[in-house]
Amino acid sequence: MVDITPADGIPPAEVAEVELYHPHSWWTRYVFSQDAKVIAIQYSATATGIGLVALVLSWLMRLQLGFPGTFDFITPEAYYQFITMHGMIMVIYLLTALFLGGFGNYLIPLMVGARDMVFPYVNMLSYWIYLLAVLVLVSSFFAPGGPTGAGWTLYPPQAIMSGTPGGQDWGIILMLSSLILFIIGFTMGGLNYVVTVLQGRTRGMTMMRLPLTVWGIFTATVMALLAFPALFVACVMMLLDRVLGTSFFMPAISEMGEQLQHNGGSPILFQHLFWFFGHPEVYIVALPAFGIVSDLISTHARKNIFGYRMMVWAIVGIGALSFVVWAHHMYVSGMHPYFGFFFATTTLIIAIPTAIKVYNWVLTLWRGDIHLTIPMLFALAFIVTFVNGGLTGLFLGNVVVDVPLSDTMFVVAHFHMVMGVAPILVVFGAIYHWYPKVTGRMLNEMLGRFHFWVTFLGAYLIFFPMHYLGLMGVPRRYAELTDMTVMTESAHHLNSFISIMAFIVGFAQMVFLFNLIWSIRHGREAGGNPWRATTLEWQTPQTPPAHGNFGKDLPIVYRWAYDYSVPGAKEDFIPQNMPGSFGPSREPA
Amino acid sequence: MAETLTHTQTEPRPSGWQGIAADWSSDQRAFKNVSWGKAMMWIFLLSDTFIFGCFLLSYMTARISTRVPWPNPSEVFALRIGGSDIPLILIAIMTFVLISSSGTMAMAVNFGYRRDRRKTAILMLLTAALGATFVGMQAFEWTKLITEGVRPWGNPWGAAQFGSTFFMITGFHGTHVTIGVIFLIIVARKVWRGDFDTGRRGFFTSRTGRYENVEIMGLYWHFVDLVWVFIFAFFYLW
Repeated sequence: MVDITPADGIPPAEVAEVELYHPHSWWTRYVFSQDAKVIAIQYSATATGIGLVALVLSWLMRLQLGFPGTFDFITPEAYYQFITMHGMIMVIYLLTALFLGGFGNYLIPLMVGARDMVFPYVNMLSYWIYLLAVLVLVSSFFAPGGPTGAGWTLYPPQAIMSGTPGGQDWGIILMLSSLILFIIGFTMGGLNYVVTVLQGRTRGMTMMRLPLTVWGIFTATVMALLAFPALFVACVMMLLDRVLGTSFFMPAISEMGEQLQHNGGSPILFQHLFWFFGHPEVYIVALPAFGIVSDLISTHARKNIFGYRMMVWAIVGIGALSFVVWAHHMYVSGMHPYFGFFFATTTLIIAIPTAIKVYNWVLTLWRGDIHLTIPMLFALAFIVTFVNGGLTGLFLGNVVVDVPLSDTMFVVAHFHMVMGVAPILVVFGAIYHWYPKVTGRMLNEMLGRFHFWVTFLGAYLIFFPMHYLGLMGVPRRYAELTDMTVMTESAHHLNSFISIMAFIVGFAQMVFLFNLIWSIRHGREAGGNPWRATTLEWQTPQTPPAHGNFGKDLPIVYRWAYDYSVPGAKEDFIPQNMPGSFGPSREPA
Repeated sequence: MAETLTHTQTEPRPSGWQGIAADWSSDQRAFKNVSWGKAMMWIFLLSDTFIFGCFLLSYMTARISTRVPWPNPSEVFALRIGGSDIPLILIAIMTFVLISSSGTMAMAVNFGYRRDRRKTAILMLLTAALGATFVGMQAFEWTKLITEGVRPWGNPWGAAQFGSTFFMITGFHGTHVTIGVIFLIIVARKVWRGDFDTGRRGFFTSRTGRYENVEIMGLYWHFVDLVWVFIFAFFYLW
């Protein structure tokens, strides 16, 4: 441990370095690996794989909606199964796992200047339990009766009744078991991410010098550790209702003219538990996106992030507020009007910190040296999409407007814009941004631009018409509309149009996957820091970073993550681990 | 594992809120002098608190919203001893046993920091034995209720949710105690063998442990006991 002079103002190391686990074989190096970077790639690959299943499911749904009655194999039951699995996979097994398990694992240790997560063994277990959860989920496709068709919210009583696909078969049991496994696995990883950020930073790395990516992932993980328990409890209770015949969520109810055993349970209780998890979940997906996009914009506009502290507090504030808004998903459940009033108020208050973030992104771009690289394109697309999705959120957050719009395609369009398209655009931007660090090569530029424009414009062509359909009263979760008179004549072909667009956008994702694989070998050599970025992951001695991340000595951090275009500095970026003073930095004191 | 270097305490840190602010705005660690393992256990317990909180809130919701009578706990949980029904006697003994095990655990932590391997290990095994006794008595209680006709889906005296919440919550807590007993035995064995002195590496993690592991184990154990106090109050005394 090198001691440095007090003049640098960096305190000495508080804890000795931990000896890393050194793999002895191919198996422990690449399969049962304890290296966070390998675990991150395992998480990302698994999430992408299961995400492809969800993508295919969305195509099948669009086939049915766009061309009803054409495809015999898509029965109404199958349609419900597609809807359910598509939603659940996309929200939990793809986005949550990719942002926290994928980006979290790769970026947290590198960005805070640590050799690895604090407990690599637990981190490894986290991935394998996640994989098990995914396998259990996939197995439900092959179980008798197929996967559950209860809708991704799994509302009882219908979720465990025989009228719902998988309700009295294996589907719902496998779904609930898989969720329970996912939560256990996630908790193992999540504890690691939180403790690494809090207790495992390198010398000089204060919380207020963390890149916003780390702040976003960190806050989202803390939220997940507090929100997933509600889902865990709901899953356990519904599993007992289904398997043991308890009545937690099941009221006295008859099915096919026959009185069921259940008596006295509360379906509303499930809704409360589910949305106490479900609403924070929206921000568990959104906050890492907020963080990552801040870094992309700052790096590719060669300008410090505007209002760094405000950005941090906005992330924390959104995280805290998201725990007191859950019942805005339940306006039509028959709640007391004062309840609705309370939850509408808290919901709309969230607009303040989110608006602060949007203004700060725009002000970061203001008079910046904007490079329209692919990550930057995706970041800009995110801002626009997020604002669009957020504006429809104002409609749905108000009780009186929500009630007529509830359960229409408007809701589908809203949440796809705000927590589907917007975060996935950031995922793409982040992959184009960090792929050179992970593989040492750039992704193909031309394919990337093609991917961007088709995805960006296509997503709008899919989801804008959906708002319109929803305003006309077209309900969601209907396999087929037998009565088309709810729509004006001119809108009759919109569903086919949306479907064709969905296939085109889906095809663009295949191009992206091809690009990912092709560029591993054939991409342009990237070098260690192709974007000339300041954060620690770009300053590693090797690219891709070796086991232990940072050579012999850990980096020492002398500045915040946003010293771009500092007047008087030789280069337009100053890495965080570069000592010395170069001129008027905008780092908050 | 996050071993503290000796030269950390060169200048005095401010106390109170200023100290907290100073720690959180410092580099490296937000909680000074808290090891990784201990921080991780605290955060896990916070998460686990939410699980038990959700279970108990669901139970309360079921109980206050039921339209059929709730079985009277003083009668249901009474034991017939020497010709008279004594209410809550078993649960009183169970609670006493579990709270006592917190005492022996605290003593084990104390002796662990004094490097008294023998006493530490014995006290941990005693804690484990008390925990196992608790689980055993719980099994007895379950058996008694089941023979009296209580099932997760119904019971002879009233609301069906009585049995379902009872088995679910005490079962989930009992699982926590059982896991605790297993890990107490594992850590006690490590202490007895002197792993924390010799630097012997863990079988799975291949990391060396420290006597602090006894304290981390203790955090979990006290948490499980504390949760029991809430279950006891809300389930048996309400």
